[in-house]
Parts: sequence; structure tokens; C-alpha cells
Amino acid sequence: MKDTKQLTYEYALHLGDNAWVLSHRLAEWCSNGPILEEDLAITNFALDLIGRAQGLYRYAAELEGKGRTEDDLAYRRNERQYYNNLLTEVPNGNFATTMARQLYMSTFEYYFYSALMNSKDETLAALAAKTLKEVKYHMAHASDWVVRLGDGTAESHYKMQEALNDLWMYTGELFEMNETDAALAEQGIGVDLAKLYPEWQQRITEVITNATLTLPYAEYMQTGGRKGVHTEHLGHMLCEMQYLQRAYPDAKW
Amino acid sequence: MVGEELTKHAVMELLSEIADPEIPVVSIAEIGMLRDVHITDEGCEVIITPTYTGCPAMGIIEADIKALLDSKGINSKVKLVYNPAWNTDWITDEAKEKMRRYGIAPPEHSSCGDIVLAEAHIACPQCGSKNTEVLSRYGATACKALYKCNACKEPFEYFKCH
Repeated sequence: MKDTKQLTYEYALHLGDNAWVLSHRLAEWCSNGPILEEDLAITNFALDLIGRAQGLYRYAAELEGKGRTEDDLAYRRNERQYYNNLLTEVPNGNFATTMARQLYMSTFEYYFYSALMNSKDETLAALAAKTLKEVKYHMAHASDWVVRLGDGTAESHYKMQEALNDLWMYTGELFEMNETDAALAEQGIGVDLAKLYPEWQQRITEVITNATLTLPYAEYMQTGGRKGVHTEHLGHMLCEMQYLQRAYPDAKW
Repeated sequence: MVGEELTKHAVMELLSEIADPEIPVVSIAEIGMLRDVHITDEGCEVIITPTYTGCPAMGIIEADIKALLDSKGINSKVKLVYNPAWNTDWITDEAKEKMRRYGIAPPEHSSCGDIVLAEAHIACPQCGSKNTEVLSRYGATACKALYKCNACKEPFEYFKCH
């Protein structure tokens, strides 16, 4: 049986991984945004997520107590030691794909961090309060774009619907409870993920309906990220992300 | 400072001079980042709270604190505390007025409200008109959005409510 400290370490690490991996994906848009304002917006999201990851990794390293730093956790783990949700690592695709991913993920984060603010773990609660403020902006921005593209031209409508459909199978995993989640939810430290689903689905349905689009449906939901089993994309991303740290060990943030 | 007895008050006084690197008209004390100073056997421990999590100014502020205290012969450590989370309500009214005169519209309402809906009509820092529109929710830094005033036609930055 793992103790609370070990469980909280795993929890903080998973949340840090979600922020870190998504941040890197969003940063890939830098200088490639469809308009200048969007370039700024997406890179600002990436910056928020780097900050969140840094806070969570720092806390995870402290809980682990093995002298590792946030840099070690960010850069010196292999693919199978990352526990992010698969949705965060899917490639950017076209702009609609990125906005679909952002809508699903930031809406999830909105409900998740709202609940985590009540955590009995003071550090997680404080980081959640901070994160929630940023997530509100991310969610509003992604929702606006989904509506604008869905309720736009025939071409943008088609691409937005395709993107929502393609990523839908990664949404189920966000609400899956593993043993760590269950044990921490029981202790009032973690969030009961399954309980968030109805609210998430309702909000997503509202945005998609406003956008004149159709809520996707999938019999099959993809899973694996929480166990360290990833899509083929994460390894490629880590190669690029970790290159500098592997080539020049001990470089700092 | 060397030779004198080190007090919390004296260190806080010294640190209140450190400006926010992004908005140099306001200090880290006025913005609410500087939380506390503890006098320790080795010198002092400065407690600060990060504003926006990814704010690149954080590292500079930490370095500024250490450098300033170093120059006074005071050994210091900087500690980040996340709890309670910083918000824009902690910025003093004087600092908000300094920001406005500097050309940045200060956060207009409590950070507890519905931030996105409330930020539709921000008063222009140049002419005061509320006939303004948002050009981009994201500006040159994570804390600011870009607006345009329809009355005086000037673009301006707005320090977002957080």
C-alpha cells in the first residue's frame, strides 16, 4: 500500500505532465499562428502551462525527496515514465484540430481545477486556484474559436467538425479513475474525475450546438497515457523537447 | 546595514524599491507580490508569491531581490509561496493609478467575478472613454490584453483581472 506522500507525488507528476506536454504542443504554433493575435494568444497559453508545470514538478520533486529538481522531471524521463493524458500529446494538425483539443482539454481543466481548489493538500489547492484563473481565459478563447469556425464558412464548418470527431476518442481517458485517483479522492486530496463528466459534457454540448456543429459519438475510447503507454507521437516530441538537456546536461530553465 | 541589527521592517523598506520589470512604475510591494520577510540566523528569508504562473519576470525579480540585499551585505534566500494564490485585488489603488497614468488600463473589478464577460468595456487610460473594444485578449505579456479606444482612436493595453 502506497502512503499519501507517494500518491500525491504521482498525482502532481501526472498533472505536471499534462501541462508540460500540452505546453510544448502549443509552443509549436509560435510564429505559425493564422493571425498575429492568435500567435500571441497560443504562446501565452503555452507560457501559462509552463508555469503550471514548473509549480507542479517542483512540488512533485519535493514530495519525492530524492533530490531531483523540476528540470530532472521535465527533461530526464523516458516516454514510458510520462503519465499525461493522450489528448495533450496529439499533434496540432490544422488550426481547427488545435482548437478542438484546447476546447476539450481546457473545459476539463476548468471543472477539474475548480474541484481541486478544495483539496486538503494546501499546495495543490493553491496551485489549483492560480491555474483556474488562467484556464478560464483558455476555455473562453477556445470556445469562441470553435463557434466562429463552426458557424463560419462551409469549409471552416467542415474542418471544425472533422477535428472534433477525430479527437473525441481521447476524451474518455480524462475521466478514468486509477488507484491513485481513487485513494486520493477518498482522502479529500484528489478529485473524483467520474463526477466531472456530466458538467463537462453539458458545457461541450452547449459550445458545439452554438457552433451549429454536432456532438461526436464514439463507441471506442482510447486509453493508456496514465499507465505510460502513449501514442506514437510522444516519443518524437520528447526527442525534440529533450535534445538540449541531453546534449548539454544541467542547462537551466 | 552591516553591524546594525537586521529588522523585518528595514528589509521590507529596502525591498519596496524593487520595481516590476514589466511595469517599472509599480513596485513588487505595491503589486502584492512581496509577502513577508523572516529574519534568520543566516540573514533573511524573503517570501514572494508568483503573479501569473508563467511570468518570465519572476526569475528577474528573484535575482533583483538577492542582488539588492547582497549589495547591502545581507545574506538572503527567496522563497516562493503559492498559498493563498495571488490575484489582482492585491494591487494597491495607488499602483493602479500609476499604471493608468503610465498608459496601461488597470484591472477594473474584483478578480472573483466572471472575468471574461466583465472585460467588454474597459475605460481608456488616455481619455477615459468606455467606448473601447478588445483587439486581442492576449498582449505582449501574459498579464495584458490589447484594446482600442473608439473615442480617441488610441490602442492601449489592459492589465487583465486575475
